[in-house]
Amino acid sequence: MSTTNAGAEDAPWVDGNALAGPLGEIMGADFTVAELTCAGCRTTRPLAAMRVFDRAPGLVARCPHCEHVVMRVVRTTGRFLVDLRGSLVLSLPVPQ
Amino acid sequence: MARAAVPGRLTWQAATVAATRAETATARTLVLDVDGWTGHVPGQHVDVRLTAPDGYTAYRSYSISSAPGPDWLEVTVQAVTDGEVSPYLVDVAEPGDQLEIRGPLGGWFVRRPADPRPALLIGGGSGVAPLMSMVRAAMNPTRLLYSTRSPSDALFTSDLATARAAGDGLVAVTHVYTRVAPPGWPAPPRRLDADALSRVAWPRDADAVAFVCGPTGFVETVADLLVDIGHDPANIRTERFGPTGG
Ligand SMILES: Cc1cc2nc3c(=O)[nH]c(=O)nc-3n(C[C@H](O)[C@H](O)[C@H](O)COP(=O)(O)OP(=O)(O)OC[C@H]3O[C@@H](n4cnc5c(N)ncnc54)[C@H](O)[C@@H]3O)c2cc1C
Ligand SMILES: [Zn+2]
Repeated sequence: MSTTNAGAEDAPWVDGNALAGPLGEIMGADFTVAELTCAGCRTTRPLAAMRVFDRAPGLVARCPHCEHVVMRVVRTTGRFLVDLRGSLVLSLPVPQ
Repeated sequence: MARAAVPGRLTWQAATVAATRAETATARTLVLDVDGWTGHVPGQHVDVRLTAPDGYTAYRSYSISSAPGPDWLEVTVQAVTDGEVSPYLVDVAEPGDQLEIRGPLGGWFVRRPADPRPALLIGGGSGVAPLMSMVRAAMNPTRLLYSTRSPSDALFTSDLATARAAGDGLVAVTHVYTRVAPPGWPAPPRRLDADALSRVAWPRDADAVAFVCGPTGFVETVADLLVDIGHDPANIRTERFGPTGG
């Protein structure tokens, strides 16, 4: 699942926008425009604006305001696991 | 998104390298032919996947740098020393080669050409790639501020000059050089600062949107500076390429 083979200390994250591909494959929709309410600080923003750490294990999205983990995506043999315990609400636009 | 018409999950599809164009000594544009490609919204990216003969695969994200259109797209890649994927795309891939892509991806870092709000686009290094797509498709006032180490590191030099000349004042382009400036350049090389940003920023009441893209450190700095000079944080969209800048 990792999108880099890397290991630098300097600002090693990208934007949640980079999850569009992996989540599109798992969920079949663009989840980067979904809004998540952080369970740590209760602020709400699109997944695209969260910080994503893609250097394994799995993909981890953190709130840029308080650094709480809001979403984690892990692949096991045969299954994708999407852990949302760090978010209070996930809201998606109704398809047009 | 274009593929939403197909029910089910997003999948990888074959893309053929139709042509390549050198942008600088270490960056190039790849023209990719994709059957059934229906276009994209400027700002979107694709994931590109390579498969080794032994079956090992690796994928990376690349912004689409061409204007929206059917059946083909362009990505522009900066080679990262010791990188797994980018040196292959810059130095090895040839016309006729096949890759896999999935996309177009991402509905947030996008500028719909019909959006009437003026835009300030700020790119660092290869971060200009998705902004180039926005410039090529621009139908509304667009200002691009492009920061590179030196003139020879700048991508799309002639395409930007063409867009500026053709747009009838719609597109303005300002270069900032951080290490080496061209001969006779009015300012010494320096990092992008609040002063340089204030000079290209739209007035506060213009309801402008800002798109910032480049290495993660560059995007952090610029997004903070924009807020410092009074830009509404709700109208700032960012795309971080990672620590290397890609
Ligand atoms: C949404 C998105 C769009 C992008 N668009 C473009 C584009 O248009 N053009 C472009 O050239 N690039 C783009 N990139 C960057 C690109 O995806 C790759 O990261 C880049 O090409 C490097 O890949 P690589 O396999 O060559 O290097 P890797 O093998 O991934 O890394 C090489 C070296 O770089 C450093 N490094 C890289 N990533 C990390 C990391 N996450 N953490 C720590 N160290 C790291 C390490 O030192 C590593 O040894 C984009 C990235 C994203 C997320
Ligand atoms: Zn939070």
